[in-house]
Amino acid sequence: MAKVKGAIVVNTEVCKGCEVCIPVCPEDVIGMTAEVNMKGYHYAYMKNPQACTGCTNCAIVCPDRAISVYRVKVSA
Amino acid sequence: MSELKLMKGNEALAEAAIRAGVDAYFGYPITPQSEVIEYLMTEQPEKRTGMVVLQAESEIAAINMVYGAASTGKKVMTSSSSPGISLKLEGISYIAGAELPAVIVNVVRGGPGLGTIQPSQADYFQSVKGGGHGDYKLYVLAPASVQEMSDFVEDAFDIAFKYRAPVLILSDGLIGQMMEKVVLKDQQERLTDEEVIKKYDSWATTGKTNRERNIITSLDLQSEKMEARVHRLMKKYEQMELEDTRYEEFQTEDAEYLFVAYGSSSRIAQKAVKLARKKGIKAGLVRPITLFPYPKKVLFKLANQVKGILSVELNAGQMIEDVLLSVEHKVPVAHFGRTGGIIHTPEEVLEALEQKIIKNGSIRHHKTRESSIL
Amino acid sequence: MEVLDIIKPENQVFCKSKLMTDTTLSYCPGCGHGTAHNLTMEVIDEMGIVENTIGVAPVGCSVLAYDFMNIDMTQAAHGRAPAVATAIARCWPEKYVFTYQGDGDLAAIGTAETIHTCNRGENIVIIFVNNGIYGMTGGQMAPTTLEGMRSSTSPYGREAKTMGMPIKMTELVANLPGVYYATRQSVHTHKHARKAKKAIKKAFENTRLKKGLSFIEIVSNCNSGWKMNPNESNIWMEEHMFPYFPLGDIKVNGKLK
Repeated sequence: MAKVKGAIVVNTEVCKGCEVCIPVCPEDVIGMTAEVNMKGYHYAYMKNPQACTGCTNCAIVCPDRAISVYRVKVSA
Repeated sequence: MSELKLMKGNEALAEAAIRAGVDAYFGYPITPQSEVIEYLMTEQPEKRTGMVVLQAESEIAAINMVYGAASTGKKVMTSSSSPGISLKLEGISYIAGAELPAVIVNVVRGGPGLGTIQPSQADYFQSVKGGGHGDYKLYVLAPASVQEMSDFVEDAFDIAFKYRAPVLILSDGLIGQMMEKVVLKDQQERLTDEEVIKKYDSWATTGKTNRERNIITSLDLQSEKMEARVHRLMKKYEQMELEDTRYEEFQTEDAEYLFVAYGSSSRIAQKAVKLARKKGIKAGLVRPITLFPYPKKVLFKLANQVKGILSVELNAGQMIEDVLLSVEHKVPVAHFGRTGGIIHTPEEVLEALEQKIIKNGSIRHHKTRESSIL
Repeated sequence: MEVLDIIKPENQVFCKSKLMTDTTLSYCPGCGHGTAHNLTMEVIDEMGIVENTIGVAPVGCSVLAYDFMNIDMTQAAHGRAPAVATAIARCWPEKYVFTYQGDGDLAAIGTAETIHTCNRGENIVIIFVNNGIYGMTGGQMAPTTLEGMRSSTSPYGREAKTMGMPIKMTELVANLPGVYYATRQSVHTHKHARKAKKAIKKAFENTRLKKGLSFIEIVSNCNSGWKMNPNESNIWMEEHMFPYFPLGDIKVNGKLK
């Protein structure tokens, strides 16, 4: 079946570094940056971007809606 | 067409609400004003005008229902009596702070505490000196007859919507319970939902259409914003004072002595004026109709003409403070008033004038409060 | 396939609802309030009912809900949101009216308003976020604080003998005939959040069909109040809150489960 590739965009200034998105990602894509944003929070980023399938789990549990999700079908 | 009827004060007020096109009434039983909601439940105004009538689980719930309906631009009111009004004061403060139009009726009974169910005017301070928390005032109308219990409903809503502010009708058990002739006004159509939305779309929370969302709140965590809100309220009260102060004078043209009394006390004081005049004492009466804004000017003016003033109130002495403030101690001012629900008689009032003002005539402001009621 | 090729407008499958403002949420990192806000706004957006929706905010952590929810909202005195909502719904029977309240607001000072609004079966939605603590005021004991749970006003743990047991409001109101739908959800994982969203949607559908009151409890975390990090608090919630406050529908279509 056609493979699906995904990606997330984190609004780095909105993210509060709560890490609630990490345990819900089935592919262990998300990690926390070493850098901090303007408020001093480490923020989420795609640690393993290739593994993301765009399933939106992370986005739906993010309390601050800092994550936008993209998904595209790719031929195998 | 207007109608002449014989009605109880409380019922005349309820009927007037229906005829004034009120959209909703939220109440709770408490003597001596339960007739208001009883009348409305019997009359079923939702059939006549679509008016909502609901008995809440407490006075606190009722006033917050008023707050809710008012936040959507609807014409809404509630009524209660002294202890119930104490429960409503937080809500009233919210309504004032959130700048919402609403009418609250207090049919006063003896207090403090559970007090008595008999009439009283002991909620004067609570009504005009704030009552709830924060810098706010209530525009207060004091009816002295069943006719005014009816007429003041529409007057109160006119003020409430003119200023987007809560208005209090301060009646008492006497006015609420007695029956008198009353001329009822014609039925005024309620605004349709569309008319309400169109008229109050700039602030009312009726659903965000293609405009910025409306928020009704009294919360301003930023001090500058809170101060601006308080200044907005104070501006309203200044304008109320300029444009909407109301009072009545009775035989003050040649008066040498003055009674100041509102509501039921003013009717008794009026009789006392007649008794006094029969004895050759030139007495007159000023009846404040609005307790806030208080009619200071007329008292200040009459203070140049009269030798003394008696504040006649069914309480231990409250409005006397505003009389003193108005006349700035130019003349002797004393208080007389039965409490506990006892209604003073005209004869008692006249005797008090003779004893406290005419006989000793001293400037009384040094005396403590206790002596004035003994 | 490079990430940048994926991140194109036409490929976007999820983003913040336009019914959420751009104001930074005042909630602590990882707090369930934010998610509950978002799910509610997503439902209102998807149902296309914003023009007829009026929210009532409480006093508590979500007192500033109207700064985040881009809809018409009225802020109610502490505990009184159900009364405020009652009046709005009675005056505007065609509108969707919902309250959004915390446990102190709904189950302590507002108990009477909650019980009687439910008993009258007002045609509104009550969203009740239960995190077992007074968050805004700094972590005091709430009506739903668990036995043995510490707070600033139960520093040695809640003691049933002197402080009573936590109140199960949803089961309590579910027994009132006026309540048509009563359910307990949570929002801390994608599964729970999706289920919670369905429940919220069902509630607003009930309003549309004038079925009466829908009562949605959302058991949520309070990492600051419980003094844990967000993920720890969610695990603690599963291990301690859920056994006492079991998730799931309690009353559906007017019938107790």
